Amino acid sequence: MNINLTIIGQILAFIAFVAFCMRYVWPPILAAMEERQQKIADGLAAADRASHDLELAQKEAVDRLSEAKKEAAAIVEAANKRAATVVDEAKVAAVAEADRVKELASAEVEREKAQAKEQLLTQVSTLAIAGAEKVLAAEIDADKHAALLEQLVKEQ
Amino acid sequence: MAAAGQEQTVSDYIVHHLTNLTYGKLPEGFERYDGETVAAGGHWTFAHGADEIAAMGFNAIHVDSLGWSIGLGIIFCALFRWVAVRASAETPSGLINFIEMIVEFIDNQVKDTFHGNNKLIAPLSLTIFVWVFLMNLMDLIPVDVVPELMLLAGVEYQKIVPSTDPNITMGMAIGVFVLMLFYSIKVKGFGFVKELTMNPFNHWAFIPVNLFMEVVGLLAKPFSLGLRLFGNMYAGEMIFILIAALFSAGIFWLLPAALLQIGWAIFHILVITLQAFIFMVLTIVYLSMAHEDH
Repeated sequence: MNINLTIIGQILAFIAFVAFCMRYVWPPILAAMEERQQKIADGLAAADRASHDLELAQKEAVDRLSEAKKEAAAIVEAANKRAATVVDEAKVAAVAEADRVKELASAEVEREKAQAKEQLLTQVSTLAIAGAEKVLAAEIDADKHAALLEQLVKEQ
Repeated sequence: MAAAGQEQTVSDYIVHHLTNLTYGKLPEGFERYDGETVAAGGHWTFAHGADEIAAMGFNAIHVDSLGWSIGLGIIFCALFRWVAVRASAETPSGLINFIEMIVEFIDNQVKDTFHGNNKLIAPLSLTIFVWVFLMNLMDLIPVDVVPELMLLAGVEYQKIVPSTDPNITMGMAIGVFVLMLFYSIKVKGFGFVKELTMNPFNHWAFIPVNLFMEVVGLLAKPFSLGLRLFGNMYAGEMIFILIAALFSAGIFWLLPAALLQIGWAIFHILVITLQAFIFMVLTIVYLSMAHEDH
């Protein structure tokens, strides 16, 4: 073991190299590494954010879809109800119309029956008079008894 | 190798491998290996042999250790600066990715251990880890390659693993120690004195005892830091040299030596990384302790 001036030289070299490293080597390398780390962290954060956004969007889509489905169901239901109502109304109207028509018809029938009856009576009376005329031609004066028969018809 | 023209023994071989290329000042009146006497005022020269290195004492520089150390430090700085210039928030690739991996590893280590706010600790740790690792890595280059090449180029000694030189490891440990003292005083102020004098026995009568114990404990930190690395790497290098010496023991030793060489080298990949890591972690821990009040 010879300790000599070499040790001084080594101390000076040591100081010089450490100073160089501290000034020109360490800061740029570390700065570059930290910058890269930051970039990667940012990238990862962005990816996280994006996937979070996607999740939110999917959730919203599902929500909207179910809402739309609900709306559609409600619309269909309303339409069905409306249709049922329309059908019911139509039924009621039809029944009323039918009743009216029936009434009208029966009234007509009544009227015609009455008319026919009247006609029939008129014809019967004419026929009776004709018969009676024939029978009574000889015995009875038509003009004399016509007023009497006319009165009879009216009394009916 | 060491002594040209003479029969070389295994111990010569080992000694040669463990001798640094030393440039230093020989004292006045010292008789050199070739019989010359150093003139008045001393003489700066490359040492030849252990005697001359011993005679130089403190006035010497291990040119190889310091040269490789600074060279590897420059490689570290150049490589990391190259990446630092190109680093961006875009997708990194290849070398940039690898360097960023190291930086992130160091950053995590520092964040795990050191909770204060200090802009020095992380780059310091990075420098220590990579630099020490590169210095240790020289251990995996076969022990004879560089010294032999250097010998051909006329350089007598060459020890290429800087961390097997206590000057190098203790130099860094002292650097860390100075930082420990600096931050202890900066962060705790008078509390640092109190920490040294009132622990572990919180009574004024025990102040000398406390001071002695705490100072020993404090001084033990840089020593353990520097000498641990030195010891591990020196021992590893020594075993590489012994295995290399085994190659010359005869034809029958060729295969076992080769297997040992491979096995030790593979094991050493773990050791050099681990030692670099330990040096770094202990630095962080010591500086973290310097920042915390007890």
